[in-house]
Amino acid sequence: MIDIELVVNGRSQRVHAHPLARLLDVLREQLGLCGTKEGCGEGECGACSVLIDDVLVNACLVPVGQCEGSRVDTIEGIGADPRVAALQRAFVDVGGAQCGICTPGMIVAASALVRTRPRATPAEIRTALAGNLCRCTGYVRIVDAVAQACGAGESEGGA
Amino acid sequence: MQDGFVGRSVPRREGHDKVTGATAYVDDLSLPGMWHGVTVRSPVARARLLGVELGEGVPWHEFAIVGPDDLPGPNVVKLIDTDQPLLAADEIRHCDEPVLLLAHPDRAMAERGRAAVRLRLEPLPAVTSLDDALRGDVVVWGRDNVFREYRTAKGDVDAALADPDVVVVEGVYETGAQEQMYIEPQGMIAQFDAERGVTVRGSLQCPYYVHAALVALFQLPPQQVRVIQTATGGGFGGKEEYPSVIAAHAAVLARKAGHPVKLIYDRVEDVRATTKRHPSRTHHRTAVRRDGTLVAMDIDFIIDGGAYLTLSPVVLSRGAIHSAGPYRCEHVRIRARAIATSHPPHGAFRGFGAPQSVFALERHLDVIAARLGLDPAALRRKNLLQPGEQTAVGQVVREPIALDRVLDRALALSHWHERRAAHEAFNRSTDGPLRRGIGVATFMHGAGFTGAGEVHLASVAQVQAERDGTLTVLAASTEIGQGTNTVFAQIVADAAGLPLSRVRVGQPDTAVVPDSGPTVASRTTMVVGTLLRRATASLRQTLRDAGLLPAGTGPVDPEVFTQAVARYLADHEQLRGEARYEPPPGIAWDEKAFRGDAYASYAWAAYVADVTVDLRTAEVRVDDFVAVQEVGRVVNPVLAAGQIEGGVAQAIGWALFEQVVYRDGRVANPQMTNYIIPTAVDTPPIRVEFMPPFLGDDAPSKGIGELPMDGPAPAILAAVQHATGAVPTAIPMLPEQLAQVLQEAQS
Ligand code: FES
Ligand code: FES
Repeated sequence: MIDIELVVNGRSQRVHAHPLARLLDVLREQLGLCGTKEGCGEGECGACSVLIDDVLVNACLVPVGQCEGSRVDTIEGIGADPRVAALQRAFVDVGGAQCGICTPGMIVAASALVRTRPRATPAEIRTALAGNLCRCTGYVRIVDAVAQACGAGESEGGA
Repeated sequence: MQDGFVGRSVPRREGHDKVTGATAYVDDLSLPGMWHGVTVRSPVARARLLGVELGEGVPWHEFAIVGPDDLPGPNVVKLIDTDQPLLAADEIRHCDEPVLLLAHPDRAMAERGRAAVRLRLEPLPAVTSLDDALRGDVVVWGRDNVFREYRTAKGDVDAALADPDVVVVEGVYETGAQEQMYIEPQGMIAQFDAERGVTVRGSLQCPYYVHAALVALFQLPPQQVRVIQTATGGGFGGKEEYPSVIAAHAAVLARKAGHPVKLIYDRVEDVRATTKRHPSRTHHRTAVRRDGTLVAMDIDFIIDGGAYLTLSPVVLSRGAIHSAGPYRCEHVRIRARAIATSHPPHGAFRGFGAPQSVFALERHLDVIAARLGLDPAALRRKNLLQPGEQTAVGQVVREPIALDRVLDRALALSHWHERRAAHEAFNRSTDGPLRRGIGVATFMHGAGFTGAGEVHLASVAQVQAERDGTLTVLAASTEIGQGTNTVFAQIVADAAGLPLSRVRVGQPDTAVVPDSGPTVASRTTMVVGTLLRRATASLRQTLRDAGLLPAGTGPVDPEVFTQAVARYLADHEQLRGEARYEPPPGIAWDEKAFRGDAYASYAWAAYVADVTVDLRTAEVRVDDFVAVQEVGRVVNPVLAAGQIEGGVAQAIGWALFEQVVYRDGRVANPQMTNYIIPTAVDTPPIRVEFMPPFLGDDAPSKGIGELPMDGPAPAILAAVQHATGAVPTAIPMLPEQLAQVLQEAQS
């Protein structure tokens, strides 16, 4: 067990954990940040998506020991950016969230796109979200929501 | 009704919490002193269980351990039959069957305990395929491995097939198992208290199914068993019957441990142990005139039920009823069987047997169209049911259906004729590896329980007025992503004449809500929504009768309503409206003859898939998908379209990506890395359209949740046939299977 310092959602935190403990478990169990979900535990579903120093990662694959000194941003914090807040609103308005279990990861994954690629095309959005599985929506409204938040205003169709 | 909320895309009620990560699912909850449970399972498909040994090096005294002898009541999973034990006692009947339960304060130690348990097993011969089960050399259920058989017939099928003026077309069609793969694995937290009884909360679709299972197991009065649904991360049928098992396991562990116990499946365990869609095989023999008129259908429909009976008879029944589709045919004979094997029990999954039989029929119609040289859409149009005509089981469709208009709309939206011609021209002229094709399926889906099911359920829903003038919806229907909370609020707000913000929909809790029946069979909006409308009307009536509200059914001033409620509650303890299910008049189903009014209403649809096939890799890409349906009145267009899109994507997965590999009866690919569901790049834009209701703008709503599972697979395979000329007859059609089909077509 070691002490690790990291900045989670803008706040300095010190956690005491095994260096190989999954970041996912540290977030959920030690820091009470349960918005980050576990769908597979092996890097396939993206439900555990978080940003480490602005890079999108699967928290189920990251040993917390590697996070010393890093910035970790989770669903609980990223809405502070108005562009991400707009993305969250778009998800509600357009119907991008159904059961909601994939949604935090989806929004974290899309937040990078929203911040860096205004006017992303539907094809670019689909590629950017290919690491995040959703079993409910068929992705149509997720893509629409991200497109709306990117300011593209372009939809692929649908009712 | 113009100004009401029904018909409008009001935003999802719990949307904000879901997009900010605030929604708590079962694994996000923790109770003081909570332990962690694990399940020890069988590694083999069939064996005699000789003993259980607790291995060395584990502090077993710190564990709660529960075997079959430690249960408070009968060792039975309470479903249609009583053949399935909660814990295998003498004989193991399928892989990953639960044998022993462990709980420990520390999750990692609980896992260590699980790994240290040794089962002493004497192997028995297993039945790991439908063919083996039918051959019957090894009998694993009853006398002949047949769980249930239904037969129904009308007309004279043999004579019609022997008619020299008809063409007889025969075919066999198969579908594979499918994993629901909700992104939230199953899980429960249970508490036990000698005085207060049992409380479980968890991820589930049907609170009262779990409630009934726990009442039977603990032999407690119903009010001492409490089931609370937590936010549920997808169900699709997978959380219909199985949660009763997990709830029972968690609850007996909590009783033994004297602590709350959390029992969460990891992904591998969830895929291996919980139910999947029934694999199927359908044999069609059809007499058809040269102009495409269907004369006779002889259908043999078989599903693999797995090792225990569970819900297979009901899945079978729905599959059988849908097996002849929305077509007119004078002579029809259906034989349907659910077969026992040594697979883990197959169970509820969106569509519940209908997608399997619809796949077979629609595929068969394309084979017929090719044989007769007819356009597949024209062949279907010629035979579509018209108002007043009879389905295969003798149900006269009373509503003014116009499935031909639905088909026309789908063909127009997809540019069927132009694209068909363009694809054919492209395929003729190309030297490259790509081939293009377009395919269609027309189908219907009966909403609500089959036959007399809704009558037996006798569902109840209530609406309660609170002192602050708000209304609380009291129903056991669960929000599992499909939009129950929002749709109920819309319906109740309109019936009350109040703003949406005045209606609350709570989390289903059996201590608070009446039994509105299970959240299955596309029945929530249609059946329970109707009950809530009536319950709200009755609440209003109570206030009117008390002279506190003016007459009328239109909008009410919320302040006037609040005052009326306050005055009523000054003299009364509570104010509730209640409604109980009443069958529509003139509906009758004869279960013995397997004939009659199978469903109170049907949704009607025509779907078109446009695909590209790469002959080098045998990969199929769905480029465009059109889904047109008539579902009565649409309560919330955005949520409804979301249901259709999600169902279409699941069906694309079933057709092209998702293969459950059983090896010696065990799922060999229980991970998301090797059981592949579609990603955002694998799914096309899905163009959804709802037809104006056949019964006009005030038509009742029909169920829609399952409908979109029926049409995509056959439409996609039809498009593959159009693109390549090969005739695929089975799904899943992964590249390796299609490569073989293409090769066979060449030689
Ligand atoms: S839980 Fe991390 S990718 Fe699925
Ligand atoms: S909304 Fe349910 S998995 Fe995406």
